[in-house]
Amino acid sequence: MANKTKIFFVVLTLLLVLPFTVFAEERLKLATTTSTENTGLLKVLLPPFENKNNCKVDVIAVGTGQSLKLGEQGDVDVVLVHAPELEEKFVKEGYGINRQYVMYNDFIIVGPPEDPAKTKGLKVAKEAFTKIAAAQAPFVSRGDKSGTHTKELAIWKAAVIKPEGNWYIESGKGMGEVLNMANEKKAYTLSDRGTYLAYKEKTSSIILCEGDPILGNPYHIIGVNPEKFPHVKKELAGRLIEWVTSKEGQQIIRDFKDKNGNPLFTPTAGQKWQ
Amino acid sequence: MHFIAEGFKTALILIITLNREVFEIVLFTLKVSFWGTLLSTLFGVPSGFLIAVKEFTGKAVLQTVLNALMALPTVVVGLTVYAFISRQGPLGEWGLLFTPSAVIIGQWILATPLICALTISATRSVDAKIGSTALTLGANIMQESIAILKEARFALLAAIIAGFGRVIAEVGAAMMLGGNIRGYTRTMTTAIALETSKGEFGFGLALGFILMAIALGINFIFTYFQRRK
Repeated sequence: MANKTKIFFVVLTLLLVLPFTVFAEERLKLATTTSTENTGLLKVLLPPFENKNNCKVDVIAVGTGQSLKLGEQGDVDVVLVHAPELEEKFVKEGYGINRQYVMYNDFIIVGPPEDPAKTKGLKVAKEAFTKIAAAQAPFVSRGDKSGTHTKELAIWKAAVIKPEGNWYIESGKGMGEVLNMANEKKAYTLSDRGTYLAYKEKTSSIILCEGDPILGNPYHIIGVNPEKFPHVKKELAGRLIEWVTSKEGQQIIRDFKDKNGNPLFTPTAGQKWQ
Repeated sequence: MHFIAEGFKTALILIITLNREVFEIVLFTLKVSFWGTLLSTLFGVPSGFLIAVKEFTGKAVLQTVLNALMALPTVVVGLTVYAFISRQGPLGEWGLLFTPSAVIIGQWILATPLICALTISATRSVDAKIGSTALTLGANIMQESIAILKEARFALLAAIIAGFGRVIAEVGAAMMLGGNIRGYTRTMTTAIALETSKGEFGFGLALGFILMAIALGINFIFTYFQRRK
């Protein structure tokens, strides 16, 4: 075998055999919603914390329902989620501690520009849902027990409608994927404003209904209870909660904007949700 | 058309400029697949060899089961391993879920039956005379086995490459067990799934190109060795 080929194989083998991480930094597991990851917020919010504490935060981006489930099983150290009722239950049952209000954005109903169900400009979310159901216009649901899905179900309930039929598409996918799907199928959907703005250039869906108080979307961070799970990295989790609610952390959230300069989240640390 | 062309352009730029994130993902994928395949080989080749040369009751059933396991859906492997290594599972205290080790375990379980079954047929295809010739020449069982395996080396290499191909291309187990954590457990396939969902066609396409190039490259290396025979 030629020398060069030999060197190539030696280098290749070395690359493969080298350990996965050279420095044994501490790792913190954060389960969060797809909206915080898909918008890119965590990519700017976490690195300063990681540098300061010489650690790595492993972000597992799933829905709120699954994030809380991972917390209940002790598979993560901290969760950042957006479904207040589920969170309160999580804390009450002893799985979560140190729950803090981090930021706020709102949900919007988006749909195709043709708007077959005539929902444009409606101020009440349940009216828009009623019209969509009456028109049997396609509607893509997250269908994944996420915070957005929980909110969607609450609106259907408020409208006293049981969404069923060919027009109601239960996707089981993250927010970004659902926006893509709604765009492809010319369907309506409920989205958080942050993810919609991050995807605005890739979709032709437009905002049809916004501003109803029921559409509020608060995000809380919760530590997983170390009394239930002794392996939880209690101190580092505490420091992360401190960081995202600190002045600097909140400033990063305030400064986080989409390409057109729209802010995606409003920082709310220290306030109380309702 | 414009959309696809744009994706291609982004993909080429990412590859030509040696985009750091792309290549970190590629290196990570190669590493886990290397370890996953190595473990599968260590288990699959000896067990396959033994099954091929030994006669025992239940051999036919075992082989049927192995053939079925070759087509094991990756998400089922993901689900099963998940149940074992979650903090609530029997191996929970090791804290393996959402780490590179978890991905390797999943790949190990995925590729072992495949390598094992292919080793059986590789061993079988060796002329039975080789074993008996070696024995008449005064070889012991160990030397006889080595003679058979040596004769079957290209078929064995093909088995290992098939195993590698299965683990590097699978997405279900890597997603469930690794959690697709950026810079830690994100593999090429989970990254492609994520980037497509974000509408970042170019990034996914770049990884897709590299994945195909790796598959081609490995097969070229294999053919090269086979020619030198």
